[in-house]
Amino acid sequence: MVVRERFESELKQLKDMVIELGELSKKSLEDSFSALENQDLEKALEVIEDDNKADLLENEINEQAILLIAKQQPVAIDLRRIISAIKISSDIERMADFGVNVAKSTIRIGTQPFITPITHLKEMQIITLEMIDLSLKAFETEDVLLARKIAEMDDKVDDLYGESIRDLLQLTSTNLQQVTQLSFIARYLERTADHATNIAESIYYLVRGRQLDLNE
Amino acid sequence: MAATSENERKTLNIKSKREGSGTVGAPKNIVYNTKDLNLWYGEGHALKNINLEIYENEVTAIIGPSGCGKSTYIKTLNRMVEMVPTVRISGEILYRNRNILDKNFKVEDLRTRVGMVFQKPNPFPKSIYENIAYGPKIHGIRSKKVLDEIVEKSLRGAAIWDEVKDRLNQNAYGLSGGQQQRLCIARCLAIEPDVILMDEPTSALDPISTLKVEELVQELKNDFSIIIVTHNMQQAARISDKTAFFLNGEVVEYEDTDIIFSNPSDKRTEDYITGRFG
Repeated sequence: MVVRERFESELKQLKDMVIELGELSKKSLEDSFSALENQDLEKALEVIEDDNKADLLENEINEQAILLIAKQQPVAIDLRRIISAIKISSDIERMADFGVNVAKSTIRIGTQPFITPITHLKEMQIITLEMIDLSLKAFETEDVLLARKIAEMDDKVDDLYGESIRDLLQLTSTNLQQVTQLSFIARYLERTADHATNIAESIYYLVRGRQLDLNE
Repeated sequence: MAATSENERKTLNIKSKREGSGTVGAPKNIVYNTKDLNLWYGEGHALKNINLEIYENEVTAIIGPSGCGKSTYIKTLNRMVEMVPTVRISGEILYRNRNILDKNFKVEDLRTRVGMVFQKPNPFPKSIYENIAYGPKIHGIRSKKVLDEIVEKSLRGAAIWDEVKDRLNQNAYGLSGGQQQRLCIARCLAIEPDVILMDEPTSALDPISTLKVEELVQELKNDFSIIIVTHNMQQAARISDKTAFFLNGEVVEYEDTDIIFSNPSDKRTEDYITGRFG
């Protein structure tokens, strides 16, 4: 017999809000990268302007979580669900900020032709978006195996980041300003992947009630 | 915190208590050791193969839904359960290494070492002073000076001295419910017990009196071992060191309270403490 139907439905609401925030962040990263690829400055501006939606939603999640703790005194898995929602939404909101940062760099690069193909960055972006997808899915289904997979993908992003920076450093004499901005973008993507890995760790904690060392 | 180097990750890794990396300390003394305890009320099997070790100077909480056997268990620890005519018991309960279920064990000895506080405050219809002095007098203490000392010490110990010191000769029935309950705890302390059993001691009290009793329990555990049956799971979480979850006469899980309320092993414990049944 379910005796806390209302609490259950409020927990579900909280989870849905976190997933919605995840979709917003994903869109921010997709749009900003597409703005970069097409050097579409108008689109880059839109990403920056849309960011406050994510900020507001994160605040709403925090408020809802605090109210649930205060009013329902959750324990065990329920408490972990709420704490994880707070932690994960903070990671997701940072991802949206990185989307904004990519958009800002895109504007700084402007319409000058690229000095090098941005294939490494593209590869990083594809893997990172997939990590976000997986992390949201793992959160939704409380799936520890998916969470582990995310950690493995992060290693690949780290490798690509290293390669990107090495390549870009060869080009400093051609256009330092663009090299700097492209390096920043590589860094933003690498950090985004780190936040997806944080989410994976939070999901492991949520499900198992233990902290995870993803390198174990 | 998704550190990129292995070392960083290792630094951040926190092992759980259950994995056993953590608390190292002196071995704890066992007050009660229950071994294969079974109890029947007539045909009804009320306690099934209970095995529990209860430690000195700790608060042990017993939780579980109505009819799970938790009150029966606590009343077995001072053999009050024997007042039910149809009761049958097998197994052992070692109190300080002596089996209290043994025929030769004198129940009077047990009752002077193990005090009990009940759900409803039950002061005697006497003065506050007499409520406390009653037990020591029965045990042969006659000196007024010694009795005065015991009364003050006990009332102080139960955190009620300041509220009653000017009206010790008034009837205890004039006290509020919360005060009466602390008076009963003081009455328990007057015989200088080793263990205090508490059977839902705050379920008839208002929230502030409840918190006072909870604070008191935390202080008392420095000198006594306390076993408390409670319906209030948050109370168990707040005040106990170990928690036993009873269900249908069995102990489903017995663990550190921190673990029970953060990450219990058994699905039934999880369902009960998160309010999904019961």
